[in-house]
Amino acid sequence: MHDQWTFIAFFLPVGFLAAAVAIIAGRLLGPRKPNPIKQSTYECGIETVGEAWVQFRIQYYIFALIFVIFDVEAVFLFPWAVAYNKLQLYMVLEGVLFILILAVGLFYAWRKGALEWS
Amino acid sequence: MDFNFWDPFTWIGEWLLNLLVGWGLAETIALTLLRFAGAVVLALVLLLIGGVLFTWLDRKLSARIQDRLGPNRVGPFGLFQGIADTLKLLTKEDIIPAGADKIVFNLAPLLVTMSVVGIWAVVPFAPTLIGTDLNVGLLYIISVGSIGTLGIMMAGWASNNKFALLGAFRTVAQMVAYEVPMVVVLLVPTMFTGSMSVHAIVEGQSSLWYVALAPVAALIFLTTSIAELGRAPFDLLEAESELVAGFNTEYTGIKWGMFFASEFLHGLTISALTAAIFLGGWQGPGAEARPLLGFVYFMIKTMVVYFGVTLLRFSMPRVRIDQLLDLNWKFLTPLALAAVCVTAVAEKLALATNWSRLGVHIIANVGLLILTLGALWVRARMVRRRFETEQMRLAARSESAAD
Repeated sequence: MHDQWTFIAFFLPVGFLAAAVAIIAGRLLGPRKPNPIKQSTYECGIETVGEAWVQFRIQYYIFALIFVIFDVEAVFLFPWAVAYNKLQLYMVLEGVLFILILAVGLFYAWRKGALEWS
Repeated sequence: MDFNFWDPFTWIGEWLLNLLVGWGLAETIALTLLRFAGAVVLALVLLLIGGVLFTWLDRKLSARIQDRLGPNRVGPFGLFQGIADTLKLLTKEDIIPAGADKIVFNLAPLLVTMSVVGIWAVVPFAPTLIGTDLNVGLLYIISVGSIGTLGIMMAGWASNNKFALLGAFRTVAQMVAYEVPMVVVLLVPTMFTGSMSVHAIVEGQSSLWYVALAPVAALIFLTTSIAELGRAPFDLLEAESELVAGFNTEYTGIKWGMFFASEFLHGLTISALTAAIFLGGWQGPGAEARPLLGFVYFMIKTMVVYFGVTLLRFSMPRVRIDQLLDLNWKFLTPLALAAVCVTAVAEKLALATNWSRLGVHIIANVGLLILTLGALWVRARMVRRRFETEQMRLAARSESAAD
């Protein structure tokens, strides 16, 4: 168990550092001649108006809420799936019932118009 | 241990371990060092393959499909095109826009690369060649894969560019949405195997590939993977006609190259995952005893899936954002939930009644398919009716206006 995760502990930083080395190399190898026009934010060739850090109407916050519900559901279901072979039929049916209850929730959100992108 | 041509991986590992122990290192330190070396080799090979070889392969394939020649100047068949491109990207000026958040701006490509490379830690290449056999492999794949979404959001936000921000918003909406059916559908192989370890899932497919037992689940997994990858027909995160280049508009040089390389590597990743989880991974005749053969089988399966994904990419038009979310929330998510329920019941039924496991699952999946098509037919008719009555009402109104 502990040994399995040592590889991950090496692997993720190596993936991160490999990219970092490439970017630093690019920094060192490339020319550096900054000027205000080159560094201005790209806006299809016309002058940049304001900045992008303004309040947006995020259209999908309800999607995000539904996503959280279903992701948590999946986390609950994975132990059930791992233990599947040891379960009796009625336990499996209980799992199915759990999924169906969540499906009803999805259809409720659908009927309420929460799944429309507008 | 004698050299065994069919299993070079174990031999190399043991040889190196013996060498290090022979130098007087404690065995635990030697093992840790070997793991570190393995991690470095795997990550670098993957980045090279993703950045250099697969850009070439992808351009050649797209050229074939679009009746062009593709790269053919640098080296034989243009094979060194990727190297030339990398050199060019390395020597380009690194422009950071004046309004950008510099730290986050630089961090984003690193996170994206790390997330894509990180998935490969649990991919079993051969019976004896796997980064690490995590017992929560599938959850690891999902969670590390989501770091990429975070990186893309960071890139879009830190650029301080409206196009980049809009592209990132779209990407997050898309990736977050398509993760739901993907996670749900991964319950199916977990149920069959009784484990979340990818290695165990591949071993569980020795007699039957899971694609035969759960074709609907396999199809949903591939579709959602392509959507997570953000390639056509789901490539509206970089819809160039609307968003310039999407979240990476402000990136130049090798930083942009990192996004590019990780996208290509991600294409290979989803092919490898589909091959491992649903197409039997390294399973094949004689693979158990000869790991090298298993490696070849795995690569062939991965390449077949990759070719399919590429073919799909160049033959499909781009979908609209509302169509994309409709497809996910109103079609794939209910279908994935239904597939899990049907498979759970069918598997128990097959065990309880001594019927053929394959037969029960095929019948269950075909039944599910017929039900789905029926539901789609009813819904399409409803939408068409509504549209027609609307049209008739509009026509009547314009007629009365003309009078």
